[in-house]
Amino acid sequence: MTSKDRIAEPWGTRTPYGAGEPWPVRVDTHLEEGVAAQDVDRWVQTASILHSNGDALDIAVKDGRIVGVRGRAGDRVNHGRLGPKDLYGWQANASPDRLTRPLIRQGGELVETDWETAMGRVVGRTKELLAEQGPSAIGFYTTGQLFAEEYYTLGLIAHGGLGTNHVDGNTRLCTATAAAALKESFASDGQPGSYTDVDHADVIALYGHNMAETQTVLWTRILDRLAGPNPPQIICVDPRLTPVARAATVHLAPRPGTNVALMNGLLHEIVVNDWVDHEYVEAHAVGYSELEERVKEYTPEVVAEICDVPPEQIRQAARIIGNAERLLSTVLQGFYQSNQATAAAVQVNNINIIRGMLGKPGCGILQMNGQPTAQNTRECGGDGDLPAFRNWSNDAHVKDLAKVWNVDPMQIPHYSPPTHVMQMMRYVEDGSIRMLWVNGTNPAVSLPELQRVRSILSQERLLLVVQDIFLSETAQLADVVLPAATWGEKTGTFTNVDRTVHLSEKAVEPPGEAKPDLDIFLDYARRLGLKDKDGDPLVKWHDPESAFEAWKECTRGRPCDYTGITYDKLRGASGIQWPCNEENPDGSERIYVDGKFWSDAEYCESYGKDLVTGAPLEPAEYKALNPQAKAIIKAAQYMRPHEVPSQDFPLQLITGRTLYHFHTRTKTGRAPQLQAAAPEVWVEMAEADAAAYGIVEGDVTEVSTPRGSVQAQVRISGIGTGVLFLPFHYGYWDTDRGHEPDGAGRAANELTITDWDAASKQPIFKTAAASIKKLKSGTAPSSAPTTTASAPVTPLGFETAGTGNAGADEDFHAATTGETR
Amino acid sequence: MKIGLVLHELHRSENDLAQELLQVSERHKVDHEIYHLARDLSRWSQQHVREIAEIGKNYGQDLNPEPEGELGIAEKLREKGSELIGRRSVPGLLLLRDLREIYMKASGVSADWEMLAQAAQGIKHTGLLEVTKRCHPDTLRQVRWANSTLKTESTQILIS
Repeated sequence: MTSKDRIAEPWGTRTPYGAGEPWPVRVDTHLEEGVAAQDVDRWVQTASILHSNGDALDIAVKDGRIVGVRGRAGDRVNHGRLGPKDLYGWQANASPDRLTRPLIRQGGELVETDWETAMGRVVGRTKELLAEQGPSAIGFYTTGQLFAEEYYTLGLIAHGGLGTNHVDGNTRLCTATAAAALKESFASDGQPGSYTDVDHADVIALYGHNMAETQTVLWTRILDRLAGPNPPQIICVDPRLTPVARAATVHLAPRPGTNVALMNGLLHEIVVNDWVDHEYVEAHAVGYSELEERVKEYTPEVVAEICDVPPEQIRQAARIIGNAERLLSTVLQGFYQSNQATAAAVQVNNINIIRGMLGKPGCGILQMNGQPTAQNTRECGGDGDLPAFRNWSNDAHVKDLAKVWNVDPMQIPHYSPPTHVMQMMRYVEDGSIRMLWVNGTNPAVSLPELQRVRSILSQERLLLVVQDIFLSETAQLADVVLPAATWGEKTGTFTNVDRTVHLSEKAVEPPGEAKPDLDIFLDYARRLGLKDKDGDPLVKWHDPESAFEAWKECTRGRPCDYTGITYDKLRGASGIQWPCNEENPDGSERIYVDGKFWSDAEYCESYGKDLVTGAPLEPAEYKALNPQAKAIIKAAQYMRPHEVPSQDFPLQLITGRTLYHFHTRTKTGRAPQLQAAAPEVWVEMAEADAAAYGIVEGDVTEVSTPRGSVQAQVRISGIGTGVLFLPFHYGYWDTDRGHEPDGAGRAANELTITDWDAASKQPIFKTAAASIKKLKSGTAPSSAPTTTASAPVTPLGFETAGTGNAGADEDFHAATTGETR
Repeated sequence: MKIGLVLHELHRSENDLAQELLQVSERHKVDHEIYHLARDLSRWSQQHVREIAEIGKNYGQDLNPEPEGELGIAEKLREKGSELIGRRSVPGLLLLRDLREIYMKASGVSADWEMLAQAAQGIKHTGLLEVTKRCHPDTLRQVRWANSTLKTESTQILIS
């Protein structure tokens, strides 16, 4: 057993392994100061809630309190490892400023009240609005951090009960494009990859995916491969010099907003050099000739002009990808939150399709998720889609769902695509949505163009309901605040990006009167008296396990089939990958084996959309395009971003995250070691730009776009020239003003543009024109982490390291209970 | 041969469609997707205007290759107007009318391209046929965009 400061060394100790070998176990543990493993009363099973990797862990409970965490050795996802946010983030649960009682706005102030009064207000207004305007007056905006049982219940209440089309999750900001890209290429959501592909791949290409910071444990798996015999080659596409870029064989740093051009350049080389698996394409895909035609004009020289990437680098990357024998491709926000998001992500799918690299060990695609339960938001209908990947434009699917719910098919809105959050904000703005229920998310910091968002959410005519665990910036604008229980205080399941389902059990009681989100939704349905078509209660379950059983029934025969999973089975050594049913009782490590897809017109989740206009394809068009259930190759033309640099705003601004924080820091900002590792907002710029502007490390600057400005200390980092980076975690809850800036802005989204990808409806956070000016000299370097993509180009005399109790144990000899897959 | 006449008419109607898209964009600046997409799609029609002018030379047409310009001050006024009334629900009806107009105009342009493609095949003018093959799919996408946006927007606007 060794102890490591996992703030200073986020990925811990290497356990090298070779291709095709099992990844060694390393069990990471962090306990409260003064508590030893033998002092712990109980270990309670769960998985990570502060990122999307799905690391399995146990919560240590002593005297009814959470006192630490330990990785689960037998789990297929992490083999015992934990990331820094898992190791330290649990402390936020016990923060003294948790919401413990409902709040209600009276005379302009939020005051404490009881559940009866708070729910009375919500239910009363719901009934009024239903009578006055109908369900179009009510919207729900949920998260990627609840449990499957909760999303499914919310989806049923909103779609089947009220009949509103206005349901979305904050997954719109992170993984809407992942879902959209999979729907375009394979006509259904569901990841054609598995984390075990890392064990076999000889080339791993990461597109706009700083895995080292977003999924630290998966990156640890890659680092262990890189430290072992016959390591994979890494291709990195990222405008920043991330830890991934440092480890890469080839690092392509395109100008923000030009991903489609770069992808077309790579595809051009693969096609021209005939690194195409024609037999696979012929048998299992449609659309190849259009792609061939489209990429003709994107020679490396043309692409180099657009992307500012040397042509030789494009050729080199394409050569490595083109000669890969086992190619794993992963994608994240660098593509999803940029110009032409879906079109770019789809081109990644195209590479794996035309190279025949699907459904075999080491051959897969991970269109990553950004949040721990984002997959469930998408599966269960929390993002407005119909549950279990049913197709809203297929009447038979709607009818089938109506049967599961025992409601009239007309009750389920399916006349148009579900209303995405940016459109919901517009409807709140024009006054046609009059009640908005936000749960587990913080739009007053996370949506683009915050000045606009604040002004929309603070309108008198809107009833804003916020269900959360802290008084977030958004909660401060609410009319009713409902205190919720969080991870460790309630039970439910959730699923990560490689389709692994985990059970998360209740370890301790929630504080005060806080309630599990499921109980809040069930209470709402009961008070509204929602009924099915026979007059029985619409929601027929009463606790997590009965909700899970109902959800399973809803998935029967669908791609995300859960029918073979039970809570008991999930209490085993490892999480289980869907589809899990009679045919696959132990789950399915890989999908799309032998080129079989879920894209039959009668079965598929989506008929696809026009990548530029977002117009959905009609059923007949889809049937003509793909009559034999193949994969769909969709070509795309590069289009320049809507906002390009100008004389007043000569630089490009991208926003993003850092390893130590999650979202708007509601939890990580309350975990001392994490907060100390990245305490304050910073802005990254390239050395050459800094010299041109006469700016040095630590200078206090103002970053501006046409929407607003933010004040931040400068970090001179390895970012591309002409590009600025701002982390989006920093809002106002820990400042004097509480929910808005007092003078200088701090939240990156003061600056971002209101614009989104037409196909996925994901906002574009990474392509804005910006300027920077020095306000005054700094007294010290920026406090940005030195361990990550924000590493300084020249040493500053300090390195990011743990404060207080930051030591975490690593055990390399832990016994695994049960089989590790 | 009346191909020149059709090209002349198409040149006019593509210009008209481009203008309509730009004006709709400006009138609905607070509806961000419509604002951005209508501008993007107007560029397709502007590109068509150039192509038509070029091929028109072969059919005795002297057509202006430059699409009719944007309108400067009037444009800004419309954007401002959109922002000022953005909190009211009445402009919703105007949006539906505008989308319907785009749908109609783009459908007309599509019909013109259809006729032209038929003529080009009949007379075996491959150059002209190529132009129709390049441009007509864009028009169909404009039509579908207007139609699907109408579909999405009309429910909320008409029942609220």
